[in-house]
Amino acid sequence: MKTKMLTRGLDVFYGEKQALQHVDLEIGANQVTALIGPSGCGKSTFLRCLNRMNDVVPGCRVEGDVLLEGEDIYDPLLDVVKLRAQIGMVFQKPNPFPKSIYENVAYGPRIHGMTQNKSELDDLVRQSLRKAGLLGEVENRLEEPGTSLSGGQQQRLCIARAIAVSPEVILMDEPCSALDPIATARVEELIDELREQFTIVIVTHSMQQAARVSQRTAFFHLGELIEEGDTERIFTNPAEKRTQDYITGRFG
Amino acid sequence: MSSPTPDAPLAADGRLRRRYRQERVFRAFALAAIGFALSALAGLLVSISYQSLSVITQSSVELDVVLDPDALDPLGDGSAASLAAANYAKPVRSALRALFPEVRKRRERKALVRLLSDGAEYDLRALMEASPELIGSTQTFVFPLSDDVDLFLKGSIDSEVDEADRKISDRQIGWVETLDAQGRISQPWNWRFLFAGDSREPELAGLQGAIRGSMLTLLITFLLSFPIGVCAAVYLEEFAPKNRFTDVVEVNINNLAAVPSIIFGLLGLAVFLNIFGMPRSAPLVGGVVLALMTLPTIIIAGRAALSAVPPSIREAALGVGASPTQAVFHHVLPQAVPGILTGTIIGMARSLGETAPLLMIGMVAFIADLPTGVDDPSTVLPVQIFLWNDAPERAFVARTSGAIVVLLGFLIAMNAAAVWVRRRFEMRS
Amino acid sequence: MIGILWLVLPLLAAAGFWAGRSRARALSGADADGHRIVLHSLPTHYAQYALAWSAIPPLLILVVSALFGSILVDGWVIAQLEASGLLRETLSSADVLRDVHTGLANTTGENSSPPHTFAQNVLDRARGVLNLGVTGFFFVGAGGGLWFARSRMTTALRARNHVERIVHVALFLCSVVAVLTTIGIVVSLFFEAARFFALVSPAEFFLGTQWSPQTALRADQVGSSGAFGAVPIFAGTLLITAIAMAISGPIGLMAAIHLAFYASASARAWMKPVLELIAGIPTVVWGSFAALTLGPQVRMIGEALGLEVASESALAAGLAMGVMIIPFVSSLSDDALNAVPRSLREASLAMGATESETIRKVMVPAALPGIVGAFLLAVSRAIGETMIVVMAAGLAANMTANPFAAVTTVTVQILTLLVGDQEFDSAKTLAAFALGLTLFFVTLCLNLVALVVVRRFREEYE
Repeated sequence: MKTKMLTRGLDVFYGEKQALQHVDLEIGANQVTALIGPSGCGKSTFLRCLNRMNDVVPGCRVEGDVLLEGEDIYDPLLDVVKLRAQIGMVFQKPNPFPKSIYENVAYGPRIHGMTQNKSELDDLVRQSLRKAGLLGEVENRLEEPGTSLSGGQQQRLCIARAIAVSPEVILMDEPCSALDPIATARVEELIDELREQFTIVIVTHSMQQAARVSQRTAFFHLGELIEEGDTERIFTNPAEKRTQDYITGRFG
Repeated sequence: MSSPTPDAPLAADGRLRRRYRQERVFRAFALAAIGFALSALAGLLVSISYQSLSVITQSSVELDVVLDPDALDPLGDGSAASLAAANYAKPVRSALRALFPEVRKRRERKALVRLLSDGAEYDLRALMEASPELIGSTQTFVFPLSDDVDLFLKGSIDSEVDEADRKISDRQIGWVETLDAQGRISQPWNWRFLFAGDSREPELAGLQGAIRGSMLTLLITFLLSFPIGVCAAVYLEEFAPKNRFTDVVEVNINNLAAVPSIIFGLLGLAVFLNIFGMPRSAPLVGGVVLALMTLPTIIIAGRAALSAVPPSIREAALGVGASPTQAVFHHVLPQAVPGILTGTIIGMARSLGETAPLLMIGMVAFIADLPTGVDDPSTVLPVQIFLWNDAPERAFVARTSGAIVVLLGFLIAMNAAAVWVRRRFEMRS
Repeated sequence: MIGILWLVLPLLAAAGFWAGRSRARALSGADADGHRIVLHSLPTHYAQYALAWSAIPPLLILVVSALFGSILVDGWVIAQLEASGLLRETLSSADVLRDVHTGLANTTGENSSPPHTFAQNVLDRARGVLNLGVTGFFFVGAGGGLWFARSRMTTALRARNHVERIVHVALFLCSVVAVLTTIGIVVSLFFEAARFFALVSPAEFFLGTQWSPQTALRADQVGSSGAFGAVPIFAGTLLITAIAMAISGPIGLMAAIHLAFYASASARAWMKPVLELIAGIPTVVWGSFAALTLGPQVRMIGEALGLEVASESALAAGLAMGVMIIPFVSSLSDDALNAVPRSLREASLAMGATESETIRKVMVPAALPGIVGAFLLAVSRAIGETMIVVMAAGLAANMTANPFAAVTTVTVQILTLLVGDQEFDSAKTLAAFALGLTLFFVTLCLNLVALVVVRRFREEYE
C-alpha cells in the first residue's frame, strides 16, 4: 500500500476540551478509508484536520503532524488555499451554491485559474459532471439553479464540484446521511468508481456503508483511534473488544 | 506533487500571489469601512465636546456696586412694588463706569456698558429682591459679561483680525484687559445654561425650558404608548385569531415603524390641531404624536418578548385551570416584562431625540418662560438645538454643542437604564 | 377644570373596586339556612367588574370631550358670530375666532373690536357650559355604571368571564390604534392633497420644473399664483439620497462583511453596539454637525479645488446622512450574511477559495435579497430624513446634479411650507400635504417591497 496521508500524534483541542488524543493513522493512496465510531467520537474532527478546515473554527488548536506525501500540512509556510485545492471535501448536507449547476462546478476551476478559455472550462465542467455520474441527468439544464435538483443529485453535484479542481484526496463527511436509500446507493457506486483516480476518506455512521465502500476502516471512540486495518478484518475479526461491541451494535 | 489531470493544472504561483493580494486588499477595505464609520462617530463626538467646552464657564466681572436707594427703591418703602419699579441697570452701569473715569464720550460710554450682559441687571434685581436690606450700602457682586467678551476671553475672537471684522473693538479689548489685570474677571460655572430658560442673548440662554418641555412630552408619550403598546402586543401575540385582519395589522405595524417621522407631524397638524383644535406648541400634542410614532416599536418589542416566553409556562397555567386571560396576565406577561421595558426605553430614547414632527405642530416658537403644564407652549431639547443652530450669534455655536452634550447625556442614561434592566432580570431568571 | 377630572378618575376606579369587593363579600356569606354560598368568581373579579363599570363610562366621556369639545365650542362661537351681524366684510368669523384663541383680541387696539369682545364672551360662556356638562355627565356616568354593576351582582353573575371579555375588547381596541394611525395618516394626507390638486393640477405638480410656492395676500396681486412644479424638489431629494447611499451602501456593506467574517468574536462584541450608536444619535445632532462642521469643511475643500460651493451644499447634507444610515445598511446586511448557511462558506473554503473569494462569489450573492432589502430600507430612510437636510441642505429649489450646489428636498419643503403658518386654505400650505402624500406613498412602496424581499429570503433558508 502506498501511503498518501499520514498523521502522527495528532491532538486536537476545542478551547479547553480535548477532542482527539494522539491519533496515528495512515491513509493509503487510491483507497477508500472509512472512519467509523459513535457520535462525538472525533471522526469528523479528524477528517477536518486533513484539509485544515478546523482553521475556520474559533478556539480550535491542532498539535502533532499531518503529512501529505511526506509534507507537513500544518507547516506555517504551506499555503492553505493550495492545500485545499489538493484535498477536496464533500459535506454531510448537500450544499450547492445558490447558482446554476454549471456555475457550481465551474467555481473551483475559475478561482484557481485552471482553464484558459470558455471551451476548456466547458469541457472541464462536463468531464467533472460525467465523473460524478450526473451529466446524463443535467446535460440539458446546466443553467438551472443547483438547488433545483433532488437531494441525491445535489450531493453528486457537490462531488462534481469537488473533483473539478482535480484534488488528490477527497474527504467526505457522512455524504449520504441526508439521502434516501436509492440516492445513497448511487453515491456509494460513485465513490467506488472514484477510487481509481482519487484517495478517499469517508466518515460514516452506517457500518454497512463502511463495509460496502471502504478498503480500510478506522474505529474511533471518545477521541481515540481504537483500531484500524483492512475493512474485512475489522468487520470479521476485530482485535479490540470495543470495536467488536460497536460493530455488533452493543453501543453507539 | 503530481496532478492527476495534467491538462488542467493548478496555475502558477504568480496567480496565487495575486489572489492573496486581492484578499489583503479586500480585507483592508472591510476594516477601513468599519474604521470610517467609527471614526466619523468619534469625529462627531469629539468636535461637539470640544465646541461645547466654552459653555461650561461664563466670563464674569466683579463690580463694587453702590446700591443707590434713589434708583433701587423709588417709592422709598422697600416694598415689592417699589422694587418692581426700580431701575437696576443704572447702579450696575455706574459701577463699571466708575472703574474707567476717563471714558467720557457718549458713544464710548455706551461701548463700555456693552461689555456687560443684560443679565447683570436681572441678577441685581434677584439679589435685591432676596435681600432688600442691602439697599443703601456698597456691595461687591459678580456679573456676567456679554457673549462677545466671553468669546474674546476664551480665545474665539482673534484680536489680530481687522477691527471692522470682529464684534469687539480695540477699545473694548483694552478695557477688558484692564479689568483682567485688576483681577476682576473670573470664570465661574455657567449654571445658567442648565437652569435658565431660553433667551435671545447667548450668555443668558439656558436649557431648563427645553428640558422640562422634553420631560412633559415624554411623560405624555409614555403614558399613552406604553399601556396601549403592551395591550396591543398582548392581543396580537396571545389572543388574536390568525386571519386576514391580523395579517393586515401586522404588516401595518411593520410599515408604520418605517414611516418617516415628518409624516406623523403632518398627521398631528391636520388631525390634532386642525380638526380637534388642540393647543399648538404644547407637550400634550407633541406627546400624542410621538406616542403614535413610538407605538410600533413597543408593539414589536413586546411581541418579541412575549413570543420568547416558553409555551410550557402557558400550558402549565392552563393545566391548573387558569383561564387563558389569567395565564397570560399572571404568568406569561411577567416573564416578558424585561423585554418590553427594554423596548420601551429604547423607544422613549428615540422619541427624546425626535425633532421634525414637533416642529410641524408648532413647538418651534421662541419661548423664554418655563412650561408648567402639558398644555403650556414649550420647546424640547432637540428643537432647542435646531433653534440655536440657526441663531446668528457666534456664541450660540457653543450653546448648540452644549445642548447636544446634554441631550446625548440623557440618551446615554436611558440606554444604560435599558441595559441595566436587561442585566438585572437576566440574573434573576 | 376638566384636567382635574382626569385625576378624579383613578379615585372613582378605586371606589368602584372597593364597592364591588364589599358587595361580593356580603353576597358570599352564609344564607338564611346556614349553607355556605359559593360565588362563581373570586371577590376580586366582582371588584374588577365594578371597577370597569364605574370607570369606563366617565373615561369615555373625558376622551370624547377632549377630542370634540373644542370643535363644539368653536362651532357654537362661529354660529353665534354669524348670527350677531357684527361681522364686517373684511373680517370673517374664522379670523375673529383665531384672534380670540391666540389671545390677540385683548391686547392690541385693532382687535378689541365689538365682534372680538362678543366672540370672547360667547367663547367663555360656551366653555363654561361645556365644562359643566362634561363634569355632570362624568359623575352621572360613573354613578350610573356603579349602580348598574351593583344591581347585576348576584351569586349567579359570572364576573370573571365578564371582566375577561371587557379586557379582550380593550386589548383589541389598543391593537386597532396602530391601524387607526395609518388610516388617519392616509385620510388626512389624501383630503388635504385633494384640496391642493383642486387648485393646482397634478400634471403641473408632478411634471412642472418651477417651484416658487408663494401665494399672494390679495387675489388681485401680481403673480398671485405661485409655481408648484415639484420636479426640482424630487431631483434634490434624489441627489442627496444618491450621495447618502454612495457613502452608506459600500461602507455599510463592507462593515457588515468585516463584522460577519473577519472580526474576532471580542471585536465584534464591541464594534456592533458602537456602530449602532450612530443610529441612536438624534438626527438633529447629525444636522448640526453637518451644518457647523462638515459644511465649512466641504466648502473649504471645494474652493481648494477651484469649485464654486454654496454655503449649504448637497454634499455636506448627503455626507452626514450617509454616515447616519451606515448602521441601517450594516446591521441588516450583517443579519442577511449570517442567515446564509455556514456550510456554503465551508464548501467554498474547502475548495481552496480564499475568504474574500468566498465572500464575493458565494456569500454576498447568496445574501443578495437580504442586502437589497437593507438598501431599500436605507433609501426609504434617506428620503424621509428631515433634520439633516433642513439644517444643512438649504431651501433653493435647484435642479442640478452638482453636489456642491444647494438643493432642497421634499421633507425640507414640507417643513418650511408649514412651520409658522397657521392658515390651511392656501395652495402654499396645502402643497405640503401633496408633498407629504408623495413621500408617504414612495416610502410605503419601498418599505413593503423590502419587507417582502427580506421575508422571502428568510423563508428560503429556514
